Amino acid sequence: MKKLALAGAVFLIGAFTLLPFLWFLLTSWKSAGEITAIPPVMLPSFRWDNYRAAIVEYGLLHYIVNSAVVATATTVLSIFVASLAAFALARFRLHWARYYLMLLLALSMFPQIAIAGPVWRLLSFLGWLNSYHGIVAAYIALSLPFAVWVLTTFFRELPYDIEEAALIDGCTRWQALRLIVLPLAAPGVFTAAILVFIQAWNEFFFALIILTYPALQTLPVGIALFPGEYTMPWGEIAAASTLATLPLVALTLLFQRRIVQGLSAGAVKG
Amino acid sequence: MADGEFCVLLGPSGCGKTTLLRIIAGLESATTGSVQIDEQRVDPLPPRERDVAFVFQNYALYPHMTVAENLGFSLRLRGAPKKEINERIVEVARLLELDNQLNRKPQQLSGGQRQRVALGRAIVRRPKLFLFDEPLSNLDATLRSNMRVELARLHERLRSTMVYVTHDQAEAMTLGEKVVVLDRGRIQQIGTPAEIYHGPKNLFIAGFVGQPQMNFIQGRVAEGRLLVAKSGMNFDLSWIRTEHRLGGSPIDITIGIRPEDLRPCSRTEAWFSGIADFVEDLGSDCFVHVIADGEKLIARAPGRTPIRRGDEVFLCGDPERVHVFEGDKRVE
Repeated sequence: MKKLALAGAVFLIGAFTLLPFLWFLLTSWKSAGEITAIPPVMLPSFRWDNYRAAIVEYGLLHYIVNSAVVATATTVLSIFVASLAAFALARFRLHWARYYLMLLLALSMFPQIAIAGPVWRLLSFLGWLNSYHGIVAAYIALSLPFAVWVLTTFFRELPYDIEEAALIDGCTRWQALRLIVLPLAAPGVFTAAILVFIQAWNEFFFALIILTYPALQTLPVGIALFPGEYTMPWGEIAAASTLATLPLVALTLLFQRRIVQGLSAGAVKG
Repeated sequence: MADGEFCVLLGPSGCGKTTLLRIIAGLESATTGSVQIDEQRVDPLPPRERDVAFVFQNYALYPHMTVAENLGFSLRLRGAPKKEINERIVEVARLLELDNQLNRKPQQLSGGQRQRVALGRAIVRRPKLFLFDEPLSNLDATLRSNMRVELARLHERLRSTMVYVTHDQAEAMTLGEKVVVLDRGRIQQIGTPAEIYHGPKNLFIAGFVGQPQMNFIQGRVAEGRLLVAKSGMNFDLSWIRTEHRLGGSPIDITIGIRPEDLRPCSRTEAWFSGIADFVEDLGSDCFVHVIADGEKLIARAPGRTPIRRGDEVFLCGDPERVHVFEGDKRVE
């Protein structure tokens, strides 16, 4: 009975979250007539016209490329910097580490709109508006507090003994980080990396104000600007959204096992 | 400490023995004093440049590496040639009977095997100094006593200098050539296991070393006679050789008698008399807990003793084996 209730709850929550996705997935396969039909048509005629239009007429592919470049660069750089910071925060005896982490947490709760102006001014001053490095810099700033926080927590949970053993075995601090800590913290690093990637991939607001050249715009902005003066291309938007979501789904499925895996099991007794 | 020596740091938990070991290894820095290895000050050196090996209490194996990789890691870091690394891994694995486990990961090993890998990781390096931090405390009793023998044999074979931290006095007694007893961050006594066992310098050591614990009896010496405080039982102190050194004026003393030096005897020989409170039968021996005028004493009787709870018991011992303490210090 309890199991049944749990299964029911899981199904309900799943349905609730997935329904919008299902709806735009179905919409992407509908013809223009089916989309605006009243009463709504549930089952589409499974046409691929919207996908073709999104890719060919709206240039979806270059938005995907832009998003991939920006999100990948953000993830790599952000995780690299965050690993070093988190390692220091977790391992060195810094009496201010606690306050620093609290500050980071507070920073990550800043509403984006509050820093939008200063960020824009800063990038404008540097001449970095409308550039990959400009948007990536902004994204790193957005994702770092979170990444540092997650990785610090993760590094702290690794048994310190193992690292000390490495230091005695002849590692420098750098080698200990690279050869021992990072491999062991892999699940945490992947978790942080995926979340940073998703955040960068989905980010809309900064992308909208920083990237005004269509050639550089990322997916969320690109898709949002699909509507023309007189048209609302729902089908194409739905098709583009589906294509934009696919990489994230694939990525999560691909790394799911790594994320779940408890690699550090068996390191110490137990 | 001397080259090639097996030195045990013994003390209760929290006495600073692990900290001392970590200072030697360079994992912790000392606020005062300095560490010298081979007459060279090593304080400013990071752990990797001290040429010491450390065996951790919970093994601290690298979980993402196989046994062979674990063993060879330090050699790899030093850039030793592959062939030499492999030879040494095989040699150590054979010594520790790990030959068949080389391709396994630590989580696939039993506790004893993990312990041996941790040991092997230290041996393979041939360091100047081995440091052991309670390496046997996570093993079960049988394995522990086996490993104790293995370790002693290993030391015999390698003749390397070893520092071994433990709170287990059996380990200290069987392994140590030199035992350093620590309490509350201070060295209490340094000596061979026998010296420490038979001549504890103060009450702490007397009480800490030995199982069951030494019997302590508060007393007072006046005119060459010991008066046991609580019992009011007077008995002649003349058998205590230290009598003359205690002088004429009355002083408070504590006498200590190890349970194995106190045995049941006849009424006429008795030093103490009391009622048996509990009989601990270990098979080979029995430890009889006796309440003598409010003082609890433990005495050793042969196995299969007829003494039962509630019996009246008379106890005596060997005067040569009585320890006398004035205040905290031993009186020789």
